Amino acid sequence: MLVWVVLISVVVMLVAAVAVLFLKDFLAVTAAASVVSLALSVLFVALQAPDVALAEAAVGAGVSSVIFALTLRRVGLWKLETKKDK
Amino acid sequence: MTEETTLVDFISYVGAISLILLGIFAMVTFRHLIRIIFGLMLLEAGVNLFLITIGYRGGAVAPILVNGELPTAAMVDPIPQALVLTAIVIGVGVQALALALVIKTYKAYGTLDTQILAQKIAEETGTKLIDGIPTPISDTGTGLEESLSTKP
Repeated sequence: MLVWVVLISVVVMLVAAVAVLFLKDFLAVTAAASVVSLALSVLFVALQAPDVALAEAAVGAGVSSVIFALTLRRVGLWKLETKKDK
Repeated sequence: MTEETTLVDFISYVGAISLILLGIFAMVTFRHLIRIIFGLMLLEAGVNLFLITIGYRGGAVAPILVNGELPTAAMVDPIPQALVLTAIVIGVGVQALALALVIKTYKAYGTLDTQILAQKIAEETGTKLIDGIPTPISDTGTGLEESLSTKP
């Protein structure tokens, strides 16, 4: 049972990490980085570290995404492109 | 039970080392500054997972006192957990600092590509693009290559 939880969360985490590296749109990259942090916090719970999981979910998936979103908006990469813009 | 815990350890170590390798790959390969910071984020996550996995013991419970007394079962190692709890917060601080520097860089130079940035900084400060050594002011050529060429 624990093996399956760990296996699924590791697979989700690695797929999201590859998506962070190779997606073009920075909106999607920020969402994928948030998914990495959430899968990592599930993994921390499975490894008997609930306090670390709490901090990772709050800080890694919450504050980090907000910081990235604000930076991308300042830099001008945070745009919701439609088809006609491309 | 022991096979299961060794399997949990193995899968977790594989995930941690893969995350570290992906982060190093991103930081070395990519040219966009924000992608480099995303690589740094993956690297931090991998190192945190690695430390937590070192402290894990199969069949142990979380290191928390229940009603003020120790649990009867064995506990996992709490020292790496305290370390990682600090490292997560420090990691977010490092990200915030790096992104603030990215914003300042974008406002100063108008680009985030590291090679274009290197060219612009080299033109602005009058240094060579490759090594950052200042080019000589006079055209007599006091550079290293002349002394090397006249040496033999």
